[in-house]
Amino acid sequence: MNVTRLKIATFLLALYPLIRLLVFAATDNLGANPIEFITRSTGTWTLVGLMLTLTITPLRKMTGWNSLLRVRRMLGLFSFFYASLHFITYIWLDQFFDLGAIIHDVYKRPFITVGFSAFILLIPLALTSSNAMIRRLGAKRWQQLHKLVYLIAILGVLHYVWLVKKDLTQPLIYAGVLTLLLGWRLWHARETK
Amino acid sequence: MLIRRANDIASSEITPEAIYRQRRQFMQASALFATGALLPGISEANVRLAAAANARYSTTETPTPYKSVTTYNNYYEFGTDKSDPAENAQNFRTHPWTVSIEGEVKHPKVWDIDALIKAFPLEDRTYRLRCVEGWSMVIPWVGFPLASLIKQVEPTGNAKYVEFTTLHDPAQMAGQRIGVLDWPYTEGLRLDEAMHPLTLMAVGLYGQTLPNQNGAPIRLVVPWKYGFKSAKAIVRIRFTDKQPQTAWGRAAPSEYGFYSNVNPAVDHPRWSQAKERRIGEFFKRDTLAFNGYGDQVAQMYRGMDLRKYY
Repeated sequence: MNVTRLKIATFLLALYPLIRLLVFAATDNLGANPIEFITRSTGTWTLVGLMLTLTITPLRKMTGWNSLLRVRRMLGLFSFFYASLHFITYIWLDQFFDLGAIIHDVYKRPFITVGFSAFILLIPLALTSSNAMIRRLGAKRWQQLHKLVYLIAILGVLHYVWLVKKDLTQPLIYAGVLTLLLGWRLWHARETK
Repeated sequence: MLIRRANDIASSEITPEAIYRQRRQFMQASALFATGALLPGISEANVRLAAAANARYSTTETPTPYKSVTTYNNYYEFGTDKSDPAENAQNFRTHPWTVSIEGEVKHPKVWDIDALIKAFPLEDRTYRLRCVEGWSMVIPWVGFPLASLIKQVEPTGNAKYVEFTTLHDPAQMAGQRIGVLDWPYTEGLRLDEAMHPLTLMAVGLYGQTLPNQNGAPIRLVVPWKYGFKSAKAIVRIRFTDKQPQTAWGRAAPSEYGFYSNVNPAVDHPRWSQAKERRIGEFFKRDTLAFNGYGDQVAQMYRGMDLRKYY
């Protein structure tokens, strides 16, 4: 597959969660509590996006398929896109801009504090995702900044673990995947030293 | 153009009112039956229950649509997602079924469910339901006051609390095959709470028998407490001298207290209880103390620190 096709395929696949939500909304399939559904869906796809972004490097190293690197930025930006929808759903549809309630939540509820921090940390990464910004920062500093994504993914998974009332199966699956992805990096860093 | 005046209609063409009403009823029943085949939650097992409306204990707020009430359920015995119970409880067998009344009572008894439902006059009561997670509904229940049952079995002087136990049957209840909670589900009330006229043993909703996902064949409804207090699919009611352990209390004691009265001033450790989203409404509304039943129930907690006894 050439790079253009790979990019188009990735773009369309990354749009799937949004289109699915829009179709569900149009056909009254968001269930009894639509705001909860949208919140959960956008949150889930943010995590999936982050995991996929973090899969690119190990997959490229293992397969030698270097064009994969060309879609990493897009996957990262889509993660930010779904995280923004998730955040907007929370402050708009869920809290309806009740700033007092939001500040209280962020301050008092660990899972919201952690989720909010992860979102804030994503912003500089999204803002520096252009080639021009890479040049301005210099490749080395840019790379260091973008290592924040490891912390962001950990905070994102923690956000999910913390909010679940009892059945931890789903969040622990994400925790497992993230452990593999970060574990591979640690192992690989040692091997190549 | 010919416009027929009313007196042009022959009296033989006018349907007597009684027949007209019968027809309407027949059509409504047929429509309900026809849609029942399509909708989850209405199966042929759902039969109409004759019940007298109790306006004194009913809210006049608009009931939450039947579809939402029967497809959005917290019922961990059938899965942890809200949509799981409606999917996984369809083949749940509610017959034969017995409810055992045990413990500190003069007349312990094992009730057959059909006999139990016939033993006490049924009432229609529309209550607000507030879930601990911050959503709420308005549900037209059919049931009888738990007090009627309690008076009949005559608790002894030792009876201070009532414990409710849900069916434990992992073969039928998929959620019980994983250790999400310590099964079977148990809940409890103080005897005066159990005797309160608002406390209902529900056997139906919307005028019909309870759908399986809503706790068939019989469940508890305590409208001034968070929803999880209202144990579903009850098989045992035991009177005790000690405060019973509850399923959620065992799972997370710092989050789920024994009383669990709806209280906007006392947060759940992980979220605020000040507001709630009524299912079907866009904006959140303020949560009322005791879910709006304070006038009737607050006196039971006089002198208690409700932050401590959450």
